[in-house]
Amino acid sequence: MSVLEIKNMTAFYDDFQALFGIDLSIEKGETVAAIGANGAGKSTFLRSITGLVQNNADKFIYKDINLIGKAAFDIVGLGIAMVPEGRKLFPSLSVEENLLIGAFGQRPGNWTLDRVYQMFPKLKQRKDIAGTALSGGEQQMVAIGRALMSNPDMLLCDELSLGLAPIIIKDIYGALPGIKAEGVSLLIVEQDINQALEIADRVYCFQEGKISLTGKPEDLTKEQIAAAYFGR
Amino acid sequence: MIEWANTIIQGILTGGLYAMFATGLAIIFGVMRLVNITHGDLIVLAAFIAMVVIETTGFNPFLSLIIVLPIMFIIGYFLQRGILNYTLGDDLLPPLLVTFGLSIVIQNVLLEVFSADSQRLKAGAIETSSIQLTDGLSIGIFPLITLLTAVTMIILLQQLFNRTRLGRAFRATSDDPTTAQLMGINHKHIFGLAMGLALGLVAIAGVLMAVRSNFDPSIGPAKLLYAFEAVIIGGLGSLWGTLIGGIILGVAQNIGAKIDPGWQILAGHIAFLIILVFRPNGLFPRTRDD
Repeated sequence: MSVLEIKNMTAFYDDFQALFGIDLSIEKGETVAAIGANGAGKSTFLRSITGLVQNNADKFIYKDINLIGKAAFDIVGLGIAMVPEGRKLFPSLSVEENLLIGAFGQRPGNWTLDRVYQMFPKLKQRKDIAGTALSGGEQQMVAIGRALMSNPDMLLCDELSLGLAPIIIKDIYGALPGIKAEGVSLLIVEQDINQALEIADRVYCFQEGKISLTGKPEDLTKEQIAAAYFGR
Repeated sequence: MIEWANTIIQGILTGGLYAMFATGLAIIFGVMRLVNITHGDLIVLAAFIAMVVIETTGFNPFLSLIIVLPIMFIIGYFLQRGILNYTLGDDLLPPLLVTFGLSIVIQNVLLEVFSADSQRLKAGAIETSSIQLTDGLSIGIFPLITLLTAVTMIILLQQLFNRTRLGRAFRATSDDPTTAQLMGINHKHIFGLAMGLALGLVAIAGVLMAVRSNFDPSIGPAKLLYAFEAVIIGGLGSLWGTLIGGIILGVAQNIGAKIDPGWQILAGHIAFLIILVFRPNGLFPRTRDD
């Protein structure tokens, strides 16, 4: 039984249509990656799930709750958190305050400040400085920790590797299995195909606002992915 | 010499009132990026509400705040949620125009209801009593209360903004309302609360102003100007800056008045312009903006 089930989702930015009928489902505890070129609609899709982008769908159901038309601030409370593209830390808040604000909705669960610090010990040493004064990798850790503080059942990660050095990317992705072990479903948008294929149970390839290919990484050939990624 | 010391002390005390006018304005701009042109008229509105409360209940002006403050909070919350939230966006102009219009509406409604007569709230002996420090140097109890109230308000606001869950939500929403929604923060509600809080401060400022000096429906814009000047002198970095801005304005006005009574208001504006020339971002500019 799927945690999240989406049928025929469309989304617009004013007159510009960004999503053309996306079908996608995620099982509990599953890791799903969305790959695709720039502008293929992956980020728009994540933002639609969180309610930040207005969307429509035949079916948009999360744990038996209809999410169509729900406000972003209500959707977090239902257990869907997002690590936004570009981290988006709050510049006026310290590292610790950035983490605490993630718990604003006071949704019950296992994640606490201590557990986030356990996962990313570097953050504890720097908890009182401004979040935006950290390095890119550390900022990404704060953004992940901040999302976890809302005790999500589903975590959406938008371009975790963007602008980070390969060694840092490894650190960041190294944290995901621990999150997954809590039974959190992951939906990851990633430009780095190899990274996505490595971590995902299933992959959706986006192309011009539609899904061009889907399947388990081991069942897909490089040629199939290349064709679905770039189009022909 | 002692005369000048007196002038400066009186100026500092006057500054407390200006700081209180300005703090509300600074919060509204700080949280919502909304320039509230109707701020002065809301101060006058609070004074008139206090007048009605006092006439009906017989409370003294300070006690009337237990009614006036919640009324102003509620007006603020619904003003924000019902009107001002719709004006917010990338463009600073719509909130400016709407609050300018609102300013005219409030002035005219007050004029219609209360007439153009000058009013004052009477607080009794406290208005005129003072502490004699030395020969020729005394501090009025009421101005002292005003300054201490301003300082207390700022301390409480600092605590609220820096130490509480709501304060974090205010700052996060101010930084980035979109991402704040991802934290489960209803930005529209937060904006409503911020406006309510600001108008709570306006209530206190309005009552203190009304005890201190005469008021009538037309004086709002002048109060707005002082509030603006105090905020800009202080910069937007901290509320303490706003207090200092208010004090500088108060001191400048008193020095001006000492030189020539006609110079009082002008001296305040000149001090403001001088600071604007040398420190265009105010004395304590915002630092963590990116």
